[in-house]
Amino acid sequence: MAERYSSFESGGRMWLFQRVTAAFLLVVLAFHFFLLHFVHHADEVSFLASSARMEQISYYSLMILFLVTATFHGVNGVYNALVNQGLTGTKRTVIKWTLVAASAVLVVQGVRTANAWAGIGLY
Amino acid sequence: MSQSYNRGLIEDFSRWREFEAGMWAWIFHKFTGWVLIGYLFTHIAVLSTGIPAAGASEAAIMAGEDVYTQTIVSLESLLLVRLLEVGLLAVAVFHMLNGTRLLLVDLGVGLESQNKSFYASLILTGAITVASVPTFIAGAF
Repeated sequence: MAERYSSFESGGRMWLFQRVTAAFLLVVLAFHFFLLHFVHHADEVSFLASSARMEQISYYSLMILFLVTATFHGVNGVYNALVNQGLTGTKRTVIKWTLVAASAVLVVQGVRTANAWAGIGLY
Repeated sequence: MSQSYNRGLIEDFSRWREFEAGMWAWIFHKFTGWVLIGYLFTHIAVLSTGIPAAGASEAAIMAGEDVYTQTIVSLESLLLVRLLEVGLLAVAVFHMLNGTRLLLVDLGVGLESQNKSFYASLILTGAITVASVPTFIAGAF
């Protein structure tokens, strides 16, 4: 094992989450692009069509999971990139919590939008 | 846990001549990652027009006169938006292919040929992007 390169470090839960979400996003992002650009076309978008998709529980749950994993993967990636560039101390803590807050806003807004399409009263 | 590495200043532009495939892969992965997270926030902001649209009358929704449908239709009628979407596809495809390369290396596959797999990612990104142009700009003219 000592000779095999890997960026893995033991105890790195965020490292693992970043890779698990990457594998999930590979499949779901490809599906998202394929469905909304090749099966349906960009100039055919309507509230009615978006609603019809989001009213299916399987599609709704997949999109919520897509939103949460994409937000985690993207924001954790930004945080890693900044730490990698040498971000430390108080600045690091402030940026970390700003990113956590931005993620929360993004997820809440995304869920509200999905609910509006799905006809779920909570939006 | 992330760590800091001293790679010197990549802002020192003349250093690009010294870069090998792995360094370009690192720079491109980082750049495409920044673009994608920036786009995710923009995407959700635009899609949020679905919230006020849900309150529109059934007749307006059926006729496609709600604020969500109108926003998307007017954005998609702009050639610039269609071209930006092609750019987004290129960025996403590269990030996905290079990301697969990184996942495989972490699993112990392909470290010796990591430069070749980077070039393959670039070529495949180009091919997929070019092949998608007709679909992405259909109806924009």
